[in-house]
Amino acid sequence: MTEGPARSGPLRSLSRLAWRRPWLKALGQLVPPLGAFVVVYVAALVALLITGFWTTDEFTNEVVRVWGLGNFHDLIHTPAWRTVTVRTVLIASAVTVTCAVLAVPYAYFMARIAPPRLRVALLVASILPLWVSYLVRVYSWRLILNPDGALNWALAKLHLPQQSILYSNTALWLVFTYIWFPFMVLPVYAALERVPGSYLEASADLGAHAMTTFRRIVFPLAIPGIAAGSIFTFSLTLGDYIAPSLVGGTNSQLIGSTIYSNFQLNLPFAAAFSAVPLVIMAAYLVVMKRLGAFENL
Amino acid sequence: MRKRIRGRHLVLVALAALVGALVVPSIGVSKSTGLPTSIGKGEGALTLVAWQGYTEAAWVKPFEKQTGCKVSAKYAASSDEMVSLMRTGGGGQYDMVSASGDASLRLIYGGDLAPANVKLVPAWHNFFAAFKNPATNTVKGVHYGISLQFGPNLLLYNTKKEKKPTSWSVIYDAKNKGKITIPNNPIQIADAALYLSKTQPSLGITDPYELTQTQFDAAIKLLKAQHPLVKKYWGTASDQTDLFKNGASTLGASWPYMLSQLLTAKAPVAGVIPKEGATGWLDTWMLSSKAKHPNCAYKWWNYVSSPKVQALQATTYGETPVNSKACPLMDKLSKGSCAVYKANAPDAYYRSLKYWKTPLTDCGNGKKDCVPYTKWVTAWTSQVLG
Repeated sequence: MTEGPARSGPLRSLSRLAWRRPWLKALGQLVPPLGAFVVVYVAALVALLITGFWTTDEFTNEVVRVWGLGNFHDLIHTPAWRTVTVRTVLIASAVTVTCAVLAVPYAYFMARIAPPRLRVALLVASILPLWVSYLVRVYSWRLILNPDGALNWALAKLHLPQQSILYSNTALWLVFTYIWFPFMVLPVYAALERVPGSYLEASADLGAHAMTTFRRIVFPLAIPGIAAGSIFTFSLTLGDYIAPSLVGGTNSQLIGSTIYSNFQLNLPFAAAFSAVPLVIMAAYLVVMKRLGAFENL
Repeated sequence: MRKRIRGRHLVLVALAALVGALVVPSIGVSKSTGLPTSIGKGEGALTLVAWQGYTEAAWVKPFEKQTGCKVSAKYAASSDEMVSLMRTGGGGQYDMVSASGDASLRLIYGGDLAPANVKLVPAWHNFFAAFKNPATNTVKGVHYGISLQFGPNLLLYNTKKEKKPTSWSVIYDAKNKGKITIPNNPIQIADAALYLSKTQPSLGITDPYELTQTQFDAAIKLLKAQHPLVKKYWGTASDQTDLFKNGASTLGASWPYMLSQLLTAKAPVAGVIPKEGATGWLDTWMLSSKAKHPNCAYKWWNYVSSPKVQALQATTYGETPVNSKACPLMDKLSKGSCAVYKANAPDAYYRSLKYWKTPLTDCGNGKKDCVPYTKWVTAWTSQVLG
């Protein structure tokens, strides 16, 4: 670069070659990003899956590179691992549904009813929690749900019975819903904003009740947005292990926490288990693609 | 052309600097028999994997000032995490680890540790006999580290809401449903086995870490019955202190560190060793075979073995020092603490606790029918936690 514009030289002949053969130019431009993708993402995943076929030394816990299907056999035949998988999928589904139920009216209000200023304020408010660290948000829920925390303080003022939700799956569901909510609101908002106002007017002109318009026009058009948001809420819940350890109870062992408690001692088993959310997510993505989720990402 | 040459020079200089940086730290420790014979100049840094409470500013700050070795510590929540941290990135990321007995042998046989030359740590000669060559850190006469402190795992209770418990039975009692906190740690199976060794002598449990399949199954059965009674399986020390502070839990299996934290916070909490006895730990500062700062590591060994620092850590954390000269200094720091932690004659006290060690298939009596630790982990996550 310091030598200035050279008339001849390796760089110059390279650029001539690229000009003469466009496919070579395209290849040259694509290799660096694709190469990085293959090395960083694909290779890591492949290494993970390969590890799943190995075992560990019983004493030193070091990985022994002997091939076998033992980990996958255990995975399928241990009742507890099935329970953990089902529990994780159920909680992820509950969180996704709750987020959707809350997000649709909220996003509809933002996109259709709120005046521009309020719309901006609401949009900022819905993504504001993302500016705070994940851990801070989870710990703040611990403060709210503590036996002597904000929730019970408020209930006492209202003369309502005290609750003990902290360290339970209910707490987990609440916290996950709160944490992943912004990821649902934004795609739903994007979907609803695109609905042409004339559709709603036409529906009203034809004598449809507001509820009918919502059911027959707005909701179907929001589905791609909900599907896109659900990919985030579902997959993020599927892999999380921190919230279960901080606010979860004694029956809150999820896929993420099982992998976490095994990866130090039995890395191959943890690797094998990590194939489970991959398979679930792959199936989920196929279904969501059918629903048009990728149009709203 | 001149530019090019200068560029090449720069590369050479950079390479020389890199090689220098790699070579210089090892100069101080001259290696002949694999053991260093003198402690050289400090490398300016020391990286530690420690139990929470082992690298408090009260003794780390003076060490940094004295030696110029800047300490950066990472807390590990379990022995398993310690083993895995010492191996991350092929080892060498951390210089030392405060390993308990259930991690130390795994590290020694895994080839992760460098032997220690005790001649370079004069305070070692003042250690009580039991801690000079304990089986947890000395194999075939080779020292893999310097003993630090030891202590029991306690039964913690809220003094306002609970009567003083005398037996571990309270944490297995259906009456206490929803009040109990238990470490989320497979080694907890040994606590159940210790309790069974006293309450069901017919099982014939002599060592809670060497369990035959029948004995192991009985311990797992007890822990599964305990599961619905548990409020929370705690992960980190601060999890449990929170639970006791906010009243969510009033009974729990715990460490002295949490007790001293809670007492500092003026929480109505006390700890006991129940009549069945207790499991415990002996911790050792161990040196990685790939440590980048070996001179600072030797300086750290000398520092934490000195009576003054031994006494300071013992009274702060609530454990027993291994240096026989620490007792009078403990009483100076906190009156009567030497007797409380039995630092005046620890040999007999030491023998009364059942120390964390790695469960092996080898039962120690020639038979090879005991349940190894990997099975403990599987049983803990798949059967107890479920």
